[in-house]
Amino acid sequence: MSTALFHACIGILLCTMGLFAFIVHRHLLRRLLAFNVMGSGCFLLLVGLAQDGRGPDPVPQALVLTGIVVAVASTALALVIFRRWYRVSGEGQLPEDV
Amino acid sequence: MSRLRLAAAATAALGFALALALAVIERPAAVLNLPALVEAEIAGAGALHPITAVLLDFRSFDTLLEVGVLLLAVIVAYALREAQPDGPDRMGLDTPLLRAVISLLLPLMLLVGAYVLWAGATRPGGAFQAGAILAASGLALRLAGLRVGGLDRAWRVHALLALGLAVFVAAAVLPALAGHAMLDHPATLAKTIVIVVEIALTVSIALGLLALFRLAPPQVDGPVFEDRRSKPRGGA
Repeated sequence: MSTALFHACIGILLCTMGLFAFIVHRHLLRRLLAFNVMGSGCFLLLVGLAQDGRGPDPVPQALVLTGIVVAVASTALALVIFRRWYRVSGEGQLPEDV
Repeated sequence: MSRLRLAAAATAALGFALALALAVIERPAAVLNLPALVEAEIAGAGALHPITAVLLDFRSFDTLLEVGVLLLAVIVAYALREAQPDGPDRMGLDTPLLRAVISLLLPLMLLVGAYVLWAGATRPGGAFQAGAILAASGLALRLAGLRVGGLDRAWRVHALLALGLAVFVAAAVLPALAGHAMLDHPATLAKTIVIVVEIALTVSIALGLLALFRLAPPQVDGPVFEDRRSKPRGGA
């Protein structure tokens, strides 16, 4: 198995674990963590597969770097919203999930 | 947790994994040799490091939108902020040890941040990494209960938050006014433009990350409604 394929497999594993946890857990923080694990899997898949046979490819790496910034911004925003929701309702999960 | 939910989650996750694996196995061969293309064009870009060149020259539209996303997140966080309680800042831990450590570490953190920004031209580094380091140093200051005097006025923070996107948009639109394509910098000016944009981005990213941290509703005494707190919570 080549390095690129190995990275891709780990990326698929992370995506799968993230999706599973995202569906199973109801608590918003756990869901956010699962979502981030899924995102990391996608990034690993993108960067890992792109270096298949030709060495590192700067274009997907730059894309992933952009993606990481967006993921950080959205995670921070989600945390702000969760804390606000917790302060308003006292719940760690959404009413649909209770 | 119900068995049905577990089974549904496992089915969905396994199906997803299979679909992803199929997509990886059946992926089409690359049409373009992107590393070679980047290598061939890098002389006209404003940076010598391929990733910085892609971020700020070849695909700078992505980076422009990324800065927009960060600013948008900060704006939404501002819209959701609560009235801060009066009195001393609750974030600060008033220990002399923390202050002493920070007074030792802060100059080093600023130095590393500036170096990482500068290194982005030729090796791994750049605006986001430097901004993250600066945000971490701002966070350390805040944990120690120290303030940055120049940032006490809200309008200054707002202006600096918008600076990155404003400079980037200017760098995108000005070439268009001069008759080039949007974001198409003339090769002679590319290096200057990239450096100016990177510095502005670093300031805005650092303040943006810090603002997202600062704007989270403070932990005062737990939730507002007492009656719902006593209710047992399921799930999680």
